[in-house]
Amino acid sequence: MRFYRFLLHLFPVAFRNEYGDEMCWIFQKRLRDASSFPSKLALWIATIWEIFTNAIRVHWDIFRQDIRYTTRTLRRNPGFTLAAILVAALGVGATTAAFSITDHVLIRPLPFADWKRLVKLWENPPGYTRNELSPPNYFDWKRMSKSFETMGTFTYLSTNLTGEGEPERVQGVLASSEVLPMLGVQPFLGRLFTSQDDRAEAPATVVLSYGLWQRRFNGNANALGNKVLLDNEPFEIIGVMPRGFYFPTREDDDFWAPIRFTPGDDFEDRNNHYLQAIAKLKKNVSLEEAKAEMRLIAAQLAQKYPEANERTTANVLLLRDEISRQTRYLLIGLVCASICVLLIACSNLANLLLARAMGRRKELAVRSALGAGRERLIRQLLTESLMLALLGGLLGICLTILAMPLLVRLVPNSLPIAETPTIDLRVMVFALIATAITGIGFGMIPAIKTSRGTDANALNEGSRGGVGGRRERVRSAMIIAEVSASVLLLISAGLLLRALLRIQAVDPGFNYQNVLTMRTWLPIPKYRSTAKRGEFYRRVLSETRALPGVTNAAYITGLPMVMRGGIWSVEITGRIWERSEEHNVSLRYVTPGYFNTLNIPLIEGRDVSDSDTQDSLPVGVVSKSFAEKYFPGQNALGHKFKVAMGERTVVGIVGEVRTRGLEITTEPQVYLPNQQVPDGAIIFYTPKDLVIRASNPLSLMPSIRQIIRNADPDQPISDVQLLSDVVESETAPRGTQLRVIGVFAAIAILLAGIGIHGLLSYAVSQRTQEFGVRIALGAQSSEILKMVLRDGVILAATGIVVGAALAFAAGKTMETLLAGVKPADPMTFLIAIAVALIMTIAGSLLPAKRAVSVDPTTALRTE
Amino acid sequence: MKNEEPSPESFLPLPPATLHILIALAEKDLHGYAIMSEVAESTNGELKLSPGTLYRSIQRMLEQGLIIEPRQRPAPENDDERRRYYRITPFGMEVARAEMRRLTQLVKLARISGLVPRRV
Repeated sequence: MRFYRFLLHLFPVAFRNEYGDEMCWIFQKRLRDASSFPSKLALWIATIWEIFTNAIRVHWDIFRQDIRYTTRTLRRNPGFTLAAILVAALGVGATTAAFSITDHVLIRPLPFADWKRLVKLWENPPGYTRNELSPPNYFDWKRMSKSFETMGTFTYLSTNLTGEGEPERVQGVLASSEVLPMLGVQPFLGRLFTSQDDRAEAPATVVLSYGLWQRRFNGNANALGNKVLLDNEPFEIIGVMPRGFYFPTREDDDFWAPIRFTPGDDFEDRNNHYLQAIAKLKKNVSLEEAKAEMRLIAAQLAQKYPEANERTTANVLLLRDEISRQTRYLLIGLVCASICVLLIACSNLANLLLARAMGRRKELAVRSALGAGRERLIRQLLTESLMLALLGGLLGICLTILAMPLLVRLVPNSLPIAETPTIDLRVMVFALIATAITGIGFGMIPAIKTSRGTDANALNEGSRGGVGGRRERVRSAMIIAEVSASVLLLISAGLLLRALLRIQAVDPGFNYQNVLTMRTWLPIPKYRSTAKRGEFYRRVLSETRALPGVTNAAYITGLPMVMRGGIWSVEITGRIWERSEEHNVSLRYVTPGYFNTLNIPLIEGRDVSDSDTQDSLPVGVVSKSFAEKYFPGQNALGHKFKVAMGERTVVGIVGEVRTRGLEITTEPQVYLPNQQVPDGAIIFYTPKDLVIRASNPLSLMPSIRQIIRNADPDQPISDVQLLSDVVESETAPRGTQLRVIGVFAAIAILLAGIGIHGLLSYAVSQRTQEFGVRIALGAQSSEILKMVLRDGVILAATGIVVGAALAFAAGKTMETLLAGVKPADPMTFLIAIAVALIMTIAGSLLPAKRAVSVDPTTALRTE
Repeated sequence: MKNEEPSPESFLPLPPATLHILIALAEKDLHGYAIMSEVAESTNGELKLSPGTLYRSIQRMLEQGLIIEPRQRPAPENDDERRRYYRITPFGMEVARAEMRRLTQLVKLARISGLVPRRV
C-alpha cells in the first residue's frame, strides 16, 4: 500500500490531496478481491501502467488550462507582454548569435577525419612565429621525426586558367600526395593523388574543387580525363572534391595539383622558405611531445646548417588553432558581452514579473482563497514565464538569423570552414537552454515570493508592501547587477571605439581614395622574358592613362596590405654585421609612376624610370626608414646595397608605407625597377597588381577590360577592388565587433534604465501613504525628491563602481585588442559613467515626480 | 470565472469514460467505487474504469460543471461516511442527452447505409 501511495506522487499535489485517499481505498479493495498471486501481480502491473498514463494526462490537462489562462492574462496586458518578450528576445538573440559564430570558428570540429590530430608545422626563426619551411628542411623533418603517422607539404599557387570560355584567375594548391588522403575526405568524382603523381616525370594531373567544376564544366561528369590549361600547361583532371570541401583555406580552393621537386630547381636551397607542412600525430603522441621532438630536430639541423638554420626552431600547432589571437579575443569578447546582455535581460525580466506579481497579489490571494494550492499557483506563474521566455526565444532566434550577415564578417579566412555559420541543432539547443534558464530564472523567484506572500493580508486593501524589505533587496541587487553589466559593456565598447579610431587614424603612407586595383598575373613561360612583360605593362599603362579622368596608373608586385610578405635580407656594401642581427626589407618591383599614382611622397632623388633597364646601372628606391636605419645622418642617395641577388644604388627616397597593415610595423621598403628583373628569375616578384588613380575609377572597368583584352586576349583579370576597400577591410572585423558590442551596450543601458524606473516606480507607489504623511507634516518637495533620487543614485553608484572595476579587468585581458589604448583610459571611463548616471536620473525622474505630486488627502484616505 | 455558458454540443463527442459516468449517475448519486462497479456491470465488463481514469474524469467533469459533489448525503443506511458522492447536474443531463441524440442519429445513418444489422 505504501508503494501505491508513493506512485500517487506522480499526480499533481492538488489532485493527490483531492482523490488520493479514495484511490487508495479502491485499490485496497481490489487488492483484497484479487485472491491468487497471478491475479495480484496482474493488478499491480495494470495499476502501475494506469497511474503513469493518467498522471501524464492530468498534468497535460493542467498545462492546457494554464496555457489558456496565460494567453488570456497576457492578452489583457499587451504592453507588459510585448516588453517581456522583447527583453527575452534580445537576451536570447544576443547569446545565440554570439554562440553560433564562436561555435563555428572556435569549437566546431573541422570537417576532416581525426581532425584533433591534424597539425601544422612551422619554422620559428628569430622574430617570426610562423615561417614557412624550406624544402630541404621539410625533407629532413619528415625523415627524422617519429611523432607523426604521416606528413605532407603544400604551397599556394595562383594561376591563369585558359581554354574554353573566359580566361580566369584561379587559386589553388600544389600538394604532395599525402595531403588530401590525410584529411580523410573522399573525392566526389574520380580519384586523389598517389605517390605516382609526385614523381617529377609523371603526367600533370589536377583535382578540381566542386565550385570550379560547376563553373567551368557545368557539373558534367565527363570532365574527368579532360585537360585544363593552367598557365598554358595542360593538366589532366583526375578528380573532383565534394561540395563544401575547403583546404587549406576558404580562399585557395579552386584546384589541387601535385607538388614536384625537380632536380636543379631552387628546392635545394635551405633559405628558400615557401612550403607549408601538415601532419597527423600518431595516436599515442601528444602535441607537446611532438613539439619537443621537432625542436630537438630543428636544433640538430641548426648545428648542421648554421648558415641557414641558426637560431631557427620548430613549432607545431593544431590545425584547428590556425586563427589569430585577435580573432580569438574578438570572439571571446563577443560571447562575454552577449552573456552580459543575457544576464541583464534575465534580471530585468525578473523585475518586470516581480513588479507585476506584486500588482497581482490580490488576484492570487483570491484564487488561493478559492482553493488553488501554492503548488498550483507557482505552476501557473511558471507556465506564464516559460511561455514568455519561449516566445522571446523564438523571436530571439529570428533576430539571430537577421544578424548573421553582419556577424559573418567575423569569420576568419584562415580556416578550412564555410563562411556562414549554420544555425543548426546545437545552436538551437543552446538557444532553448538559454530560454529555459531565462524562463526559470525570472519565473521562479517571483512565483515563490508571490505564493509565499499569498495570505489573508493580501486581501486587505490597506496592506503595505514591505519598504526596504527582503523583496526590495533582491530587486536592488538585480538593479546593481544590471548597472554594472551595462557600465562594463559601455566601457568595453568605448575602449574598442578608441582603439578603432586610433587605428583608423594611422597614416598608411599612401592616399587610397579613388584608386582602382586589379590583378593580371602574367603566366610563365609565356612571359618569361622581362622585355615581353615590359611591353605588356607599357601598352596597358599608356592606354589606361589616356582614358578620361585617369590621373596616373602603374604596376607593382603586390599591393600594400594585400601582399604582406615579400621579405628579403639586405646587405650594405662595405659593411659586415653579426649574423644574429635582423636586416630584412620588404621588396617590390614597380613600374615608373607608382609613387605618383598612390601619392607616396618622393622625399629625395627620383622615381624608377623607363631608362632603368638590365643594361643600365641597377638602382633602387628606398623608404625613409631604410635611409634612416642604414645611412643615419647622411644622404642615402648614391649608396649601394645588396638585395635579391644583386647590388643596387639608391636613387630615390620615398615615404614610409604600412605594407603589413595598419596595426603592425613594417620592415623598411625597397622598390626596384620592373625592367631590372632578370629574365625568368624571382617570378613571384614580377609586377602583377595594376593601380589606377582616376576621378571615377569604377566606371573605367569596361574600358580597362578592353585594353587588357587587346594586349593579350588570354589574360584573365582578377581581384578587382578599390584600394579604399582594401584599407577599410583592415579594420572591418574590429568595426563589426565594435558595432555588435556597441549595440549590446545600448541595449544594456536602456534595460538598466527601465529597471531603475520600474523599481523606483514600485517603491514610490508602495510609499504613497508615507509621502502623504510627510507632506501633510510639512515636508518640502525637494526633500521628497531627494529621498527618491537618493535611492536611485545609490543603486547606480554601486553598480558603476562594480562595473568600472570589472571593465578595468576586462580591458587588461583584452589589451592586445586595444592598439595601445590604456585599459584605464580616463576619458572612456568618465563618459561611460556619465551616460550611466544620466540614465539613472532619467529613470528616476518620473517616479520622483509622482512622489512629489502625492496629494496628502487622497493618500491618507486610501488608508 | 466563466463569463459565457458553453453549449452542451460543444462537449461532443464525449469521451467514453465521461459518457458512462454520466449514465451511471443519471439514476442516483454514487461514490467513486460504485461508479466503477456500475459502469463495469452495465457494459458487461467491457469497460473497466481504472481509479486514475475515473478520478481524472471526475475532476474534469467537476470543472466543466457536468457533475457536483452534493452537500446532502444519501439516506444514512446507504451512506458510507468516508466516501465522496457525486451527482449529475441539469447541465450534465443536457450534455448526456445531446450525446445520446448524436449517437442515435449516427445509428440511424448507419442503418440506412446498411452498416448495422436490422436487429441490434
